Amino acid sequence: MSNKVALARTDDAAELDRFREIQRLCYQCADEVAATLEPGVTEREACRRMRRWLLDHGVDDWLHVPFAWFGDRTAFRGFRIPTQFLPTNVRLEEGMPYILDFAPVRDGYCADIGYAGVLGENRVWEQVDADLAAHRELILGLVRERRKFADIYAEVDALIDRQGYQNRHRKYPGRVIGHQVGVIGGLLPKGVAFPFGVRFLQTIGRELVKERMAGRSPLWNGARQSQHPPTPGLWAVEPHIGFRGVGVKFEELLVVTEDDAYWLDDDLPHVRRWAARAAA
Amino acid sequence: MSGGDVRVRRVRGDGVDLAVYEQGDPARPTVLLVHGYPDTHAVWDEVAARLVDRFHVVRYDVRGSGASSRPYGRRRYTFAYLMSDLRAVLDAAAPDRKVHLVGHDWGSIQSWEAVRTMPDRFASFTSISGPSLDHVGRWFRAGLRRPTPRNLRRLAGQGLRSWYIGFFQTPLVPEVLWRAGIGRPFARALETGEGVAPRPGHPARTLPRDGSAGVGLYRANMPQRLLRPRDPSTTVPTQVIVPTRDRFVSPHLVGGLAAHVPDLSLRTIAAGHWVPRSRPDVVARWIAEHIDRVTGAPLAPAQERAVRGARVGADRRPFEGALVVVTGAGSGIGRATALAFAERGAEVVAADVDGAAARRTAELAGLLGPAAHAHEVDVSDRAAMEDFAKAVEHDLGVPDVVVNNAGIGMAGSFLDHTEDDWKRVLDVNLWGVVHGSRLFAAQMKARGEGGHIVNTSSAAAFTPSRTLPAYATSKAAVLMLTECLRAELHGDGIGVTAICPGIVNTNITRTSRFVGRSDADQETNRRRASRAYALRGFGPERVAEQIVASVRKNRAVVPVTPEARLAHLVARVSPAAMRRLARLNLG
Repeated sequence: MSNKVALARTDDAAELDRFREIQRLCYQCADEVAATLEPGVTEREACRRMRRWLLDHGVDDWLHVPFAWFGDRTAFRGFRIPTQFLPTNVRLEEGMPYILDFAPVRDGYCADIGYAGVLGENRVWEQVDADLAAHRELILGLVRERRKFADIYAEVDALIDRQGYQNRHRKYPGRVIGHQVGVIGGLLPKGVAFPFGVRFLQTIGRELVKERMAGRSPLWNGARQSQHPPTPGLWAVEPHIGFRGVGVKFEELLVVTEDDAYWLDDDLPHVRRWAARAAA
Repeated sequence: MSGGDVRVRRVRGDGVDLAVYEQGDPARPTVLLVHGYPDTHAVWDEVAARLVDRFHVVRYDVRGSGASSRPYGRRRYTFAYLMSDLRAVLDAAAPDRKVHLVGHDWGSIQSWEAVRTMPDRFASFTSISGPSLDHVGRWFRAGLRRPTPRNLRRLAGQGLRSWYIGFFQTPLVPEVLWRAGIGRPFARALETGEGVAPRPGHPARTLPRDGSAGVGLYRANMPQRLLRPRDPSTTVPTQVIVPTRDRFVSPHLVGGLAAHVPDLSLRTIAAGHWVPRSRPDVVARWIAEHIDRVTGAPLAPAQERAVRGARVGADRRPFEGALVVVTGAGSGIGRATALAFAERGAEVVAADVDGAAARRTAELAGLLGPAAHAHEVDVSDRAAMEDFAKAVEHDLGVPDVVVNNAGIGMAGSFLDHTEDDWKRVLDVNLWGVVHGSRLFAAQMKARGEGGHIVNTSSAAAFTPSRTLPAYATSKAAVLMLTECLRAELHGDGIGVTAICPGIVNTNITRTSRFVGRSDADQETNRRRASRAYALRGFGPERVAEQIVASVRKNRAVVPVTPEARLAHLVARVSPAAMRRLARLNLG
């Protein structure tokens, strides 16, 4: 493409490898930074650690800069305006849930991950996290059936309702449960129009227009714009559920092809955690 | 009654002869019941009869009353003498062991002094309607030091209740009145005001003498202790039974007591001052439960919950130890209500026609509070509801709160509703509430400890609409049923509340029936209604908060959402406006 910006070519194994590589790097970062979280750390401090780690490992741009939510902020309690997503000076305490969420770009390839955890013991968190596993299966199954995105969104909502939880991804900009990602490039300088990367905004803006003309949307939510079967490409999927003051999410890349779909990587911390819990 | 033979003996107190009455096997733990003013030991007859199977029950006539001798002069009624008497009774009836002390009115006031000055002689203490004078003195001072409107109101409340204390300080007049025969109006007032009918022994034949002699108690102790309170602390595990309709002792007097009594339990009951006479079953049960808790005896689940709920502690949650039954708990307002109560320490029974959904609610409730229970039950099925109520009572005990919430929606024009449609709506929405109220109210009434019933009505109950004839009718019936029931159960301390939510985002829109439509239209209608309700965005959690608050404050009718409150207001101010709005076709 002339402007050197491309969405992911899902039939190109080498390209998918590059995405898988950066996603693994992200989870490695999350694992390592999470291990350093101790009582008293603020959200801002956690974000600083993630940013440093990633920059040290060759990250050169962002879809969005790191976020960290502690305590009942993981469930977006009382969130009314977008600035409330930004990291605060809330301190982590024993038993508190936390979520780390970041989307770095390295050499044009990007990943967008969400990493949920808890400091110490929290029964509610354990239960919500265990129940989140069902959403990963549900979403993949429905995408494989090539159900419309909006319908899948409604099915996820119905499952959340049966589970007795609340849909928290509806608090995200655009109420999205997922969004398309691709190779990031462009003429604009690398930089952050807080909290989103300038080039990512350029890409997503362009795609919004382009896809709109094709009757689709790069943003996946429950609205009319998502009344279409899954668009082939790479999708960052981020179901986020909450119960009382505890929010749990995962976010990882889903590969959608013309007639199939699969998670880009099945060897991820939350997948291993759920498998271990199911085996126990 | 078994073991009911009363053995009477005379014990030499401090300069007086005391009549001591013993019942039951002396080998069993001793319970000492101390009566108040102007009573005699006989005020405890009913309670003693209920305790005698398990305990060695000891009572005595306090100096100046009943068959005990009557010392002359105000000074002979000070705490020092009263404590000597009490010690003499203990030495005679239970010489070498700790006893369980129970006091009512002045008996309780003395008992506070006893547990303060000789805690080593008592294993437990149950106080009924008689505060520690030292605590009252401090309570008044604390209130005056921080004269907030609420504190002043409470001080004034107790001040008004204590009118007779000042009166008793006037010389001679009270004695003359007692001798002149105010005993008869006193007995009548007892019957009309407290529901305590005269019986042999109470009020005693010696009432004129008891009344005039006992004035000495007030004169010898009240001014001294109220003006110069001492430290009321005690290490004895103490239970305070608080009758909320007491005309003489304000329930607020227990405020701040926990600072002085590390092991404190509170039990409230909607009854008057003479609660040992009006509610002997409950009083005897609570005395025994407190003793069992203190001595570490095994407790049934209901008792264990009760004593846990009564304990005062910093981490006590407001519904600690309460048993809460919620129908329609598998989703929406029912689930949110179950969780809200669980979050506040209640043990929840989640009932729903969808067993899996009920189990899920119980599972979630167990995360927030004590382990919860699930029942699959169709509220419209009388037999099933009877089994359910029996099972709850048998396994867990009588519920403290019952939320009759299960309901279904139905919309469409009246002429499109078939007879079956009507039956379905009324069976669930009305009969479900009738069954739940009837069965559980009977349990609550039999237990005698009060309780609360919440019925989920609807804003449709006072908002006529051409689109909801069957649904609105069923909910209006629930509202009226609630009001009638509230009137009937008031005397038993059972509150009844109607909740009228309004437009709340729950799955009722996804399960409602839109009559007179094809199946395809059903889906469209459901989706459209769900979307509208979702846009309104009022979550069931907020209704649940209102339900919890209405139980705590015993509210009668609670419209929840702003539109429900507005409709409630307009329905009263301008019914004609509501009629005009009813013509709008919203289907």
